[in-house]
Amino acid sequence: MEFFVNAFLLALLAATTIAIVRMRRLIATTMLFGIFSLLMAAVFVVLDAVDVAFTEASVGAGISTILMLATLAICGAKQESVPRKQLPAIIVVVVTGAVLLWGVSGLPDVGDPTAPATTHVYKRYVEESGTEIGVPNIVTSVLASYRGYDTLGEVAVIFTAGLGIICLIGAGTGQQRRRRNGNDSGDDV
Amino acid sequence: MGGLFNYWFVIVLMMLGFYIVMVSPNLVKKIMGLNIFQTSAFLLYISVGKISGGTAPILTDTTMPYSNPLPHVLILTAIVVGVATTALGLALVVRIHSSFGSINEDELLDDEDTYRDFEDPLDPALEEPTDR
Amino acid sequence: MEHHPVVRVAAKILIPPILLFALYVQFHGDFGPGGGFQAGVIFGAAIILYGLVFGLKATQSVIPPQVASILTAVGVLLYAGVGVWSVMLGGNFLDYNALDSHDPVHGQHVGILIIELGVGITVAAVMIVLFYGFAGYLRDHD
Repeated sequence: MEFFVNAFLLALLAATTIAIVRMRRLIATTMLFGIFSLLMAAVFVVLDAVDVAFTEASVGAGISTILMLATLAICGAKQESVPRKQLPAIIVVVVTGAVLLWGVSGLPDVGDPTAPATTHVYKRYVEESGTEIGVPNIVTSVLASYRGYDTLGEVAVIFTAGLGIICLIGAGTGQQRRRRNGNDSGDDV
Repeated sequence: MGGLFNYWFVIVLMMLGFYIVMVSPNLVKKIMGLNIFQTSAFLLYISVGKISGGTAPILTDTTMPYSNPLPHVLILTAIVVGVATTALGLALVVRIHSSFGSINEDELLDDEDTYRDFEDPLDPALEEPTDR
Repeated sequence: MEHHPVVRVAAKILIPPILLFALYVQFHGDFGPGGGFQAGVIFGAAIILYGLVFGLKATQSVIPPQVASILTAVGVLLYAGVGVWSVMLGGNFLDYNALDSHDPVHGQHVGILIIELGVGITVAAVMIVLFYGFAGYLRDHD
């Protein structure tokens, strides 16, 4: 049963992605991208990653879509022009995909309980975190405690990205507009 | 869970995203393709963490096995970092639009204005002394 | 969208539960799915919804852009501050066992609660800053 739900959702994902590739209207593409993220969140639930699904649903289907729509509104782009140089791209994609297929053929099956991924730190996290950390959600205890450095780095990256946005397009304070009206030579736009 | 089925789909999605990045002339759609590529890599990691018959890694009294929480942690943070970097890319697109008036890659490459502020390091005219 | 009564009323009804849900996800993340990252994004999404429906000016009078910019740094400082605090109490950096000398598990609880709060503040503030950046750019260049 789980397998069929998984396969069905993955087939829908592939169909959505093909529609994104073929669609030329950018607003419709952005909406399809939101659907893609929501479907991906459903796949994550089937694969037991509830925390990840939660994040993907709120980030991918919410924030990313809004930011892309805002960019399209600023740039006034409605329609994508016809792409050229398709054949070399198809060749590159097919060759890369074939190499990757050859590469994953050596991986253990999905869901294999004896896979290398579940033989090392996995046991420590599952068996000890209840007494060491005392938090029922293992994802939280790994995220915040065992891998606290890692998460500190990630938060710093998010902060840096926010800083970069403020440098590039401002923080919405209207200072750019005031500066532009101040020198009113109109040379930079 | 049906062998390597998930991994094959990951590769299909990844290659479709890669194709969008290479073929689409529109910069916003390129970023969308990068996002699809990135999300399929997330699916690869989550598939690695799945254990058949397992449940979500939240401690309960039942004796079911838990799926591996480590990939979940890595991907959880990667998704939020991903949206922050996507926003940075979109901000760059906005700046490109305000400087050059287009977000179409073909137009940008054809337009002479794109190059006006950049000096070609191989240009022989630059070899001459400039202090007049 | 300020002239659509259906959207305005629906947003007014939905935004308080969304904010409350964000706080639930933030502080209940130890026991169920959730945590600082999700809570921050949901909190930011509620503010963005308010901005989309009622306009940028109304939103910026609720959370001024300067405050949002400062809060992005406050979260990171709170997180790193827990690390420094644990060093001052004689442990390693981000070693929450040192936060409570009698009961290490309680120390872990305190540490996780504070750093998740730091993560939530930074993520929510960055999401709001992103929205302010794009929406403010649209306002200034039309």
